[in-house]
Amino acid sequence: MHGKILVGLDGTEGGDRALDAAEKHARAAGMAVTICYVIPWSPFSFSTPEENAMRHKRREEELETAENKILKPRREKLEADGMLVDSIARHGHPAKTLVALADELEAEMIVVGRVGDTPMKTRLFGGTAAALVQMAPCPVLVVP
Amino acid sequence: MPRHATALSALCLLLAPGLLSAESLDQRIDGWVTPLANMVERIILFPLPIPGSEANVPFVVAWLVIAAVVFTFYFRFINLRGMGAGFRLVRGDYNDPRAAGEVTHFQALATALSGTVGLGNIAGVAIAVSIGGPGAVFWMILAGFLGMTSKFTECTLGVKYRQENPDGTVSGGPMYYLSRGLAEKGPGFARLGKVLAVVFAIFCVGGSFGGANMFQSNQSFQQVMGITGGEASWWADKGWLFGLILAFFVALVIIGGIRSIARVTAKIVPVMAVLYITAGLVVIGVHIDQVPAAFALIITSAFGVQSVAGGALGVLAIGFQRAAFSTEAGIGSAAIAHSAVKTRHPASEGLVALYEPFIDTIVVCTITALVIIISGMWVEGAGMSGVELTSSAFESAISWFPYVLALAVVLFAYSTMLAWSYYGLKCWTYLFGETRRMEITYKLLFLFFVVAGATMHLTAIIGFSDAMILAMAFPNLLGIYFLLPVVRREINKYWQKYKNDELPRFQHGVRVK
Repeated sequence: MHGKILVGLDGTEGGDRALDAAEKHARAAGMAVTICYVIPWSPFSFSTPEENAMRHKRREEELETAENKILKPRREKLEADGMLVDSIARHGHPAKTLVALADELEAEMIVVGRVGDTPMKTRLFGGTAAALVQMAPCPVLVVP
Repeated sequence: MPRHATALSALCLLLAPGLLSAESLDQRIDGWVTPLANMVERIILFPLPIPGSEANVPFVVAWLVIAAVVFTFYFRFINLRGMGAGFRLVRGDYNDPRAAGEVTHFQALATALSGTVGLGNIAGVAIAVSIGGPGAVFWMILAGFLGMTSKFTECTLGVKYRQENPDGTVSGGPMYYLSRGLAEKGPGFARLGKVLAVVFAIFCVGGSFGGANMFQSNQSFQQVMGITGGEASWWADKGWLFGLILAFFVALVIIGGIRSIARVTAKIVPVMAVLYITAGLVVIGVHIDQVPAAFALIITSAFGVQSVAGGALGVLAIGFQRAAFSTEAGIGSAAIAHSAVKTRHPASEGLVALYEPFIDTIVVCTITALVIIISGMWVEGAGMSGVELTSSAFESAISWFPYVLALAVVLFAYSTMLAWSYYGLKCWTYLFGETRRMEITYKLLFLFFVVAGATMHLTAIIGFSDAMILAMAFPNLLGIYFLLPVVRREINKYWQKYKNDELPRFQHGVRVK
């Protein structure tokens, strides 16, 4: 049983720098990597009846896009480098979802990029990284 | 079926010259639609005399109330028992993070509410008070309470018999549970189910033109005219212009496919609802000393014989009728909105749906009624009805509130129209097939009625709107009686799991049980 490092990607370069850092740590410590992409979504948002009828279909499409565009290429690259790696795409609040996943997977560390949120958004709602530091059940590595 | 479409577009063309030749356009349109509206009203709101009294109760209202009472006893007061479970479901206690991204109970409820919260409650209470006295409010609240069970029943069925289309979308509602549900009972029932589904769809299309459209555009026009100076307003004889503007914005979404507008509306409407409730509570809070007297007045005049034409039973009939229009419980519309939820237990959505009449009739109506009664406007402002009465009642406490209310009314009307244009469209395509031509035909008709609604008088509108929306209850409830055992099985199955705490629970996305 290998320990796991959970990496949160957001499709930006910051996420990829986080992945590089996670790879380095995982290799050094002989750990596995789980790549995660959170699709921003809230169970308490408001929607139209038409959107609701389409929701299931949209969700499938979103998951498929996340898998093909973001997760699969990175997973395959790490696998080719001889890493133990798996991936997951999930809808939800970015920080809360990563925390829940870290719990679920018993991850030993969460790695995320610092950029991704705009300064305004960070100031108003708090960035994902800051929220993670507050809530995570394990150490959090924030990569600049 | 194309003949049908051609006939209606011909009517639109006939009307166009009238629209263009100036002077009293409003009267012209009014004169054209009113006789038709009156005829429909006479047929559907056929009055049943109440024995031993001079009062009448429209047959369809009796039909709705009897069903709500029967269901409430049949499900042993699930409307009371189920509220705790419903609340936990809405709060997301049972939302599996692996199903994140699907439609949640909260979203299904919020969507359905945006279609029902609005004029039915704000204007409906005022209408009830102005023609039935304060006592009508008591019956309205009672009807809302019983209506919770009707909503529970239809939304459970809506989820149970929804159709998952090959393209991944979901279609649900009475059309589907009537046809698919009854088909399970044998070939005779299958035929009945098909007929009921078609009849329902026809009435639903009518309702989407009537109460969910003409009534909405009419009341928002009245409100805008009211705050800009009443009869002296520049708008006073320009109902058609207001109708055209409103129709333009509806068209942006339903024809132009501008989703962002629909999405913004979906977000603003709950804010307006909270604002309305808060303002109501503030008014009530300021006059808190008068609240016991107001409640006393509501209850005594509910049973008092002196109140209005037809005595106590007449008041009851008025209250029940306004409530039916406000909650839409038993009408079947909500089942269309609720059926998109992601759940393995149809009964769970039924429990969530209990909150719809609770919020939109019991909470909102009680607040509106208290404000109207405390203000005394229902006595002083004799002759006022609908939103006008609610507005002046709020004005007597918060002078600038009519402006906010006008905005709220227009937005509520707009969101109700958008929601119902979807319900109507689903029924239309259920009848005529999901072709692009049929969809655009429906949408154009829908827009025509937006304009027509703004030009008509309130009395003609109320009758026609009530008739078309309430008529949906005939096929809907008739079919539901046969499906009651199915709902009972579903709720028993779910209730046992709920009681024994066998359902997986989650907190912050982590399973706690």
